[in-house]
Amino acid sequence: MAEITLTKKDFTSDQEVRWCPGCGDYSILATMQAFLPELGVPREKIVFISGIGCSSRFPYYLETFGMHSIHGRAPAIASGLTISRPDLTVFVITGDGDALSIGGNHFIHALRRNVDLKIMLFNNRIYGLTKGQYSPTSEAGKITKSTPVGSLDTPFNPVSLGLGAEATFIARTIDSDRKHLTGVLQAATKHKGSALIEIYQNCPIFNDGAFDSIKDGDSREGALLHLIHGEPIKSTTHAVVRKADGDLEMRALSEINEADIVIHDAHRIDPTYAFALSRLSTNDHVLVGVFRDVARPSYGDLVHEQVDGVIAKQGKGDLATLLAGGDSWEIS
Amino acid sequence: MSKTIVSMDQVTIRFAGDSGDGMQLTGDRFTSDTAILGNDLATLPNYPAEIRAPTGTLPGVSSFQLHFADHHIQTAGDAPDVLVAMNPAALKANMRDMPRGSTIIVNKDEFSARNLTKVGYETNPLEDGSLESYKVHGIPLTSMTVGALAHLPLSRKEAERAKNMFALGMLSWMYHRPTKATEKFLTAKFSKVPDILEANLVAYRAGWNYGETTEEFSVSYEIAPAPQAKGKYRNMSGNLALAYGLIAGAQCAKLPLFLGSYPITPASDILHELSKQKKFGVITFQAEDEIAAVGAAIGASYGGAMGITSTSGPGVALKSEAIGLAVMLELPLIIVDVQRGGPSTGLPTKTEQSDLLQVMFGRNGESPVPVLAASTPTDCFDMAVEAVRIATAYRTPVFLLSDGYIANGSQPWRIPEVDSLPDLHVDFAKTQENFQPYARDPKTLARPWAVPGTPGLEHRIGGIEKANLTGDISYEPANHDFMVRTRAAKVAGIEVPDLVVDDPDGAEVLILGWGSTYGPVRAAIDVLRESGAKVAQAHIKYINPFPKNLGEVLSKYPKVILPEMNLGQMAMLIRSEFLKDIISFNQVRGLPFSTTELVEATLEVLNG
Ligand SMILES: Cc1ncc(C[n+]2csc(CCOP(=O)(O)OP(=O)(O)O)c2C)c(N)n1
Ligand code: SF4
Ligand SMILES: [Mg+2]
Repeated sequence: MAEITLTKKDFTSDQEVRWCPGCGDYSILATMQAFLPELGVPREKIVFISGIGCSSRFPYYLETFGMHSIHGRAPAIASGLTISRPDLTVFVITGDGDALSIGGNHFIHALRRNVDLKIMLFNNRIYGLTKGQYSPTSEAGKITKSTPVGSLDTPFNPVSLGLGAEATFIARTIDSDRKHLTGVLQAATKHKGSALIEIYQNCPIFNDGAFDSIKDGDSREGALLHLIHGEPIKSTTHAVVRKADGDLEMRALSEINEADIVIHDAHRIDPTYAFALSRLSTNDHVLVGVFRDVARPSYGDLVHEQVDGVIAKQGKGDLATLLAGGDSWEIS
Repeated sequence: MSKTIVSMDQVTIRFAGDSGDGMQLTGDRFTSDTAILGNDLATLPNYPAEIRAPTGTLPGVSSFQLHFADHHIQTAGDAPDVLVAMNPAALKANMRDMPRGSTIIVNKDEFSARNLTKVGYETNPLEDGSLESYKVHGIPLTSMTVGALAHLPLSRKEAERAKNMFALGMLSWMYHRPTKATEKFLTAKFSKVPDILEANLVAYRAGWNYGETTEEFSVSYEIAPAPQAKGKYRNMSGNLALAYGLIAGAQCAKLPLFLGSYPITPASDILHELSKQKKFGVITFQAEDEIAAVGAAIGASYGGAMGITSTSGPGVALKSEAIGLAVMLELPLIIVDVQRGGPSTGLPTKTEQSDLLQVMFGRNGESPVPVLAASTPTDCFDMAVEAVRIATAYRTPVFLLSDGYIANGSQPWRIPEVDSLPDLHVDFAKTQENFQPYARDPKTLARPWAVPGTPGLEHRIGGIEKANLTGDISYEPANHDFMVRTRAAKVAGIEVPDLVVDDPDGAEVLILGWGSTYGPVRAAIDVLRESGAKVAQAHIKYINPFPKNLGEVLSKYPKVILPEMNLGQMAMLIRSEFLKDIISFNQVRGLPFSTTELVEATLEVLNG
């Protein structure tokens, strides 16, 4: 193994970071800059591709290859890159509007194909860059500039949506929890294929405190139910148990037997289990960690297997033979 | 019985039938055999708008027209000399194109009362005298085919299906076509189903034998090979030529080819063809929509591949924003637009040249993109190689225009020697200190192509305006002005060949064409010159930038006629760039120009 000699500084670009003071994006960036040396991939082999939104400024601040593309299309552009260049480690940086509104189509299709992309969805439940309209993850009834009497749409649950789209890896984490975010990044970058990471991100300007109920110092330990493979799913106050009818539910620890707590199985192939987990979070109690991590060949690997297979069978293509075809004639 | 053989210099045949009757295959085979014989030829398939309209109805009629000759020809012919109609619907749908005195061969078996009423014939046209001024041959194609196959273990339906081969055999006899290639083709196609193979071969030979023995036909026809330059030839359609040109271009540039595409008529065949060519390392990606298709192509180009996306007009509309991104990123990209009738869904299976202004200007901001247009089916090959040259050398998205007419039409193609193809190799940026992603090559104004994986070249690009040299985000007024002008200058400075003018007689009138009107215009020029008229021809294949000598050429001719299959889009470009008045001749019927209408329009100008 080559020794890792790079540090956080090596991954920090010379660009001035321009998010609002207190924006959750800062801590995500700092965590990423600290994590990248540990990834063990040379800087030139790492690419960040983002869409448009506050969060999508992310690539500018990392000393790697990067592209700040157009609204919603990062998964498509990144797909073309990672399929044709499987030697690269490609991250997609996106927001709740970018990924789930304008880019919803690319988002689900990248997941179902299992394209080798690490998709970091910065979910602040608001359109930050355009100054505060409601987003597809805003709670119904949200009062914003574009919904002065309350939004009417039912929000998306990104984890449920990702599971419906056949995602092989889905995790949820929180901007301010460096350790947890790092752990999730480690798991996601080990995963072959698409990894969706939903990051609860605070926007202090347009949606401040959206996640305060689970970030508050005192109640925090009780609010976060950790998903750790092979361990019971619980916080200090709550846990997930299976009801008599087989459904999962979240209950206060005081009401249940420790022995009845569901032991997390992130590798279960049947997605209905992870889906059931994805429906349990409430405003005050949230499941964080890896919901699902199952093995399926990545799309890029399959593409190259096909190409290599054909070449192994038929030999490399010869242009003159191709152009001549099977039905030619000679004029002399 | 010995039959008369008549020599002819050219013939136009149209095969027409129900979309399930295999008329495209029949036409393709007759074309291949004709090509092998050495006639010059041009084809025009006409697909029904519906994939499977109810059998025997007018919307279900599919046809294939072939013009072949003992001399050089340009188009698939204005009007057929022979119509082969497999049912009443095919007869009815095509009669308006048949000149009096032409030959009509019909499958008599299909002219039942029920089938006739289905298409609104109150009486049987084979019996009511309405076809008296045509040479009509009513032949029981279905029953003869079934009869010929009686010895095979086939259902009636299976046997009937071979009737197109019976018809093909009959016509092959009539025009002395060689049969070996078709037999070989059938053998390969049906190798896994021996009974069906046997049925097709037997029906094909039975059709031939019928022609030879029946008293229905007393004459057969010979069309001598056309004089052609030495070399190896094959028949080539526009979409196939385009796909091959992209493969060849990518090889010349030593780049892997990546196609992102979303199916759409009439461009899908390019996706199909490239999907077959994995042995060339080609990667094809059928995306979830056109936006993803172009996005993936941009991603692939960023990674050092030749990123390509293929589509038609509605798809171009969806790709616009991403093409603007490629303009800003200054990365190679080819967008193939096989145009069809518009607006909206328009006429998906018909041809038109009405995307010109869309590809020129259909983006936000000052967003210059080079535009090339192929002129004939085989020219699609050359222009695809050119698109690769310009995209890679100048690091820019390039539009390559084709259209339904040349995409599906075919003509003989002199196969180029691989050694004669240009070297299009460009270097990626190499590891260096203080790398500047927006420093430019002084000659081409191209910026470096710095692919991920190159140590030391880590940098960020994106759709926000770039600072000159560093590529950092910049909102500086002067920088934006400079960058907008620089991107425009880069495209304006692309080297393209001069316009060639064909003017042997010192004409006063120039017919200026672009894209797929080449064949019809050339055919009209030939007719006009034969009648003593003086006309010059020039054909635009490079639209952005225009050839450098275009202004000078225009200034030489008092009258310039510009036929196009739109309402004057190229005329608008030329008028605005050269302040030259143009006599527009426009038509948007979903069909190529006929020679006759171009000749008449030109004569009006000449005499007016
Ligand atoms: C085609 C297009 N439409 C609209 C916009 C304007 N726009 C930019 S970002 C954005 C929403 C961003 O929200 P989100 O993805 O949640 O990112 P955040 O700013 O919250 O991080 C919108 C609507 C755009 N840039 N491009
Ligand atoms: S608007 Fe919100 S999300 Fe955007 S930078 Fe400011 S705080 Fe962050
Ligand atoms: Mg947001």
